[in-house]
Amino acid sequence: MDICSMTALELGKKIQQKKISVVEAVKAALECIEDREPEINSFVTVDAEGALKRAEEVQKSIGEGTITSPLAGVPVGIKDNMCTKGLLTTCGSKILKNFKPTFTAEAVRNLERAGAVIIGKTNMDEFAMGSTTETSYYGETKNPWNPAHVPGGSSGGSCAAVAAGECTYALGSDTGGSIRQPSSFCGVVGIKPTYGTVSRYGLIAYGSSLDQIGPIGKNVADCAAVLEIIASHDKKDSTSISRKDYGFTGALIDDIKGMRIGIPRDYFGEGLDCEVKENILNAVKVLEDKGASVEEFDLSLVQYAIPAYYVIASAEASSNLSRFDGVKYGYRTETYEGLHDMYKKTRSEGFGAEAKRRIMLGSFVLSSGYYDAYYLKALRTKTLIKNAFDSAFDKYDIIAAPAAPTTAPVLGKSLSDPLKMYLGDIYTVSVNLAGLPGISVPVGTDSSGLPIGMQLIGNCFEEKKIIRAAYAYEQTRTAAGKGESEYGKTV
Amino acid sequence: MAKQYETVIGLEVHVELATKTKIFCSCSTSFGGAPNTHTCPVCTGMPGSLPVLNKQVVEYAIAIGLATNCEITRVCKFDRKNYFYPDNPQNYQISQLYLPIARNGYVEIETGDTKKKVRIHEMHMEEDAGKLVHDEWDDTSIVDYNRSGVPLVEIVSEPDMRSADEVLAYLEKLRMIIQYLGASDCKLQEGSMRADVNLSVREMGSGKFGTRTEMKNLNSFKAIARAIEGERQRQIELLEEGRAVVQETRRWDDNKEYSYAMRSKEDAQDYRYFPEPDLVPVMIDEAWIEKIKMMQPELRDEKLARYKKEYEIPEYDARIITESKHMADIFEKAAAICKNPKKVSNWLMVETLRLLKESGMEPEEIRFSPENLAKLVKLTDSGDINSSVAKQVFVKMFEENTDPESYVKEHGLRTVNDEGELRAVLEQVIADNPQAAADYKSGKEKALGALVGQTMKIMRGKANPGQVNQRLKELLG
Repeated sequence: MDICSMTALELGKKIQQKKISVVEAVKAALECIEDREPEINSFVTVDAEGALKRAEEVQKSIGEGTITSPLAGVPVGIKDNMCTKGLLTTCGSKILKNFKPTFTAEAVRNLERAGAVIIGKTNMDEFAMGSTTETSYYGETKNPWNPAHVPGGSSGGSCAAVAAGECTYALGSDTGGSIRQPSSFCGVVGIKPTYGTVSRYGLIAYGSSLDQIGPIGKNVADCAAVLEIIASHDKKDSTSISRKDYGFTGALIDDIKGMRIGIPRDYFGEGLDCEVKENILNAVKVLEDKGASVEEFDLSLVQYAIPAYYVIASAEASSNLSRFDGVKYGYRTETYEGLHDMYKKTRSEGFGAEAKRRIMLGSFVLSSGYYDAYYLKALRTKTLIKNAFDSAFDKYDIIAAPAAPTTAPVLGKSLSDPLKMYLGDIYTVSVNLAGLPGISVPVGTDSSGLPIGMQLIGNCFEEKKIIRAAYAYEQTRTAAGKGESEYGKTV
Repeated sequence: MAKQYETVIGLEVHVELATKTKIFCSCSTSFGGAPNTHTCPVCTGMPGSLPVLNKQVVEYAIAIGLATNCEITRVCKFDRKNYFYPDNPQNYQISQLYLPIARNGYVEIETGDTKKKVRIHEMHMEEDAGKLVHDEWDDTSIVDYNRSGVPLVEIVSEPDMRSADEVLAYLEKLRMIIQYLGASDCKLQEGSMRADVNLSVREMGSGKFGTRTEMKNLNSFKAIARAIEGERQRQIELLEEGRAVVQETRRWDDNKEYSYAMRSKEDAQDYRYFPEPDLVPVMIDEAWIEKIKMMQPELRDEKLARYKKEYEIPEYDARIITESKHMADIFEKAAAICKNPKKVSNWLMVETLRLLKESGMEPEEIRFSPENLAKLVKLTDSGDINSSVAKQVFVKMFEENTDPESYVKEHGLRTVNDEGELRAVLEQVIADNPQAAADYKSGKEKALGALVGQTMKIMRGKANPGQVNQRLKELLG
């Protein structure tokens, strides 16, 4: 079997059994990257030298028995907004084009402790602002299923790299759907964990109160295994939560009898592509056939989620991005007269249009006289949305919904109409506002062959329920001859 | 008749807290490191770094809040204050706006015979900024982040003060409270206590406040007093000329004794405050507050009242001694050991204050231990050394915390009480100075002084002058 089409757990097992060496695994990934990158552009940085060196170290540790993780030696792609010591970390922005962090993000360190080999840093929308990976300073990433289409975003590089086999799994980050939506567009599985589950230390912030790192993989089992490794209570992140149970792989059970699934009517109305709708409802039917009870309900407040999200995320971003000023690190304009001119030119030249738009939007909603009307109101809306989910979870174990209203759009069609692009986040942003876990799992393709993902949403700290349902669905789908075999089918 | 004006003053006081580490990271707060050596990704604002609150900062802030009669906010939060400046590595300062840790307090001040309450509007916690150094030669600015993230509290008073005297009394009061709590050393010169003065004037009897200005860069109590007088005059002159006071921030130049406008209200920055999403709310429960109350030391006012009752020392002395917690601690411990509070107080009030003044030191910088001071008092009480020797030993002790007992022993300074030795010296002196002895015998009382002097010289000060006097009279009588 081709190394690049293996899942992370399969490859990890072969490495443990010494059937494949870590260097072989890394070389296979590098070859795939060499082959696919000219077309796909999933990576900002490929660290071939570092990965090969690291492969030998990990191989040695596996041999000595000091690393025993099931994913030891498996090549991983890291989204370029997570700090990696000494390795370029750009956030997809010109303003960090020369930035090499002095420390490694906690989630990445957790992976390294488990023997992961970082193959490179994946492309993304600039500072995770965008839904297509087209706002990256380092060129757009293309969808491996059809390079005329976007991979989604902002973790488009991570999802495309996994779909193309350039790395076995990847880390992404999700502030308003940035793991789930591109996972849906690229036909891979992605989990956005409960806020506070994975440390944000070393994740370059976009919207601090919404950002969460999560796994992207070829199937549910891989994602559960990765989440189990990256999740931790980190004292360096005050918003990190100490959880009772980190055993996410314990939920990989093909049994969902009695599980109560809620279908929010509001998520299946106007604006939803009918092919997407049909595929999701078929997938829900599969779950029902396997013994789950399914019921439609009104979630309400759905129309307020997008404005609330864009107010809160932009407000936080406008402040988070203020540190990029040319003083301490990153890009600085070449000629300037005095401090203010340096600030202005550096930031004007260093940030792209979407980042600037959100900085301006965020600065506006926080400015004196507007704070109450926008920011405070958005915070109240956030609370109401959380309440609406709370009452839904009184009745249901999980909620099933689309991850995005459409399949992947054609390149170059989205950025011209930002408002329309923002509306594409309608099914994902509420989950971030409420701090809930969500998973996107492939359920089929549309008539043009582009993947469709189903989103399963759980209550806080109930990742195991969505993992179990997604896994059970995936088992049926794989048995029916779909699923994993489809990855890289355009290769 | 000329109009009478009243000055209305409110203060914003920044106090640097005495924690060992910074407010949001574990870097050292100590002074004097080479630039950018007490730094880490958090206090230099590196991308991806996150703040973690130092609990000791909250405890000091609660302690100050309780000691200034404030209400402690049970769910308190941090906010971001956004502004661009290179000394502020994130281009926002983590501070508190919406839910500061303490509110609605007061302290009682005394000026002359009048007592008065100055209300405290609120107190909040925040982080200090780094330091910019402008290199004129190279035409560049360089920044040192060693101070970035040092914890501060800002105490905002109500506009309750009416004169420079009241302002100084209020600052002294805050300084003493905070020093007693051990929460800060409160040194204006070194910047661990900084005051911004909000001042307006109005016609006497008016119920409405005038337009205020805010004055910054006040580095000493004297500068504050001068700045208040200068600004009061400036505002009155404006009003007398029929012109309006402009609401603005002004910088006091203490050398020129004049303030300069820095920025007016129109170009005041919009700080776009919003809740800091990287920190969780600080939940302060009754048990925590009780614990801090229990640990609260006796404050100055209580101590003063106790001194008046417990030790027989003048009120004036008690005030001076309790002005510094360090001095009060020395007093109490030394008094307990030697059981002579009056003498201990005398050493502090006379010699200690004199030497402090001569060497330009603060009472906090006293180096000698209460044990050594007690030993010195015992040595004089027992007559083992005379007062001139004691002063000589004290200077040594003040400088180096020398143990008086060993010093006296090593240098042979003990008063000679051996009658035989003294008698021999006296007889020698009389024999060597027959003229003086004869003069005394013939009634010239003054001649005795010369003989005493000679004796003391030979004895190298170790004799008791009274005793020498007595014995000489006996021998010559």
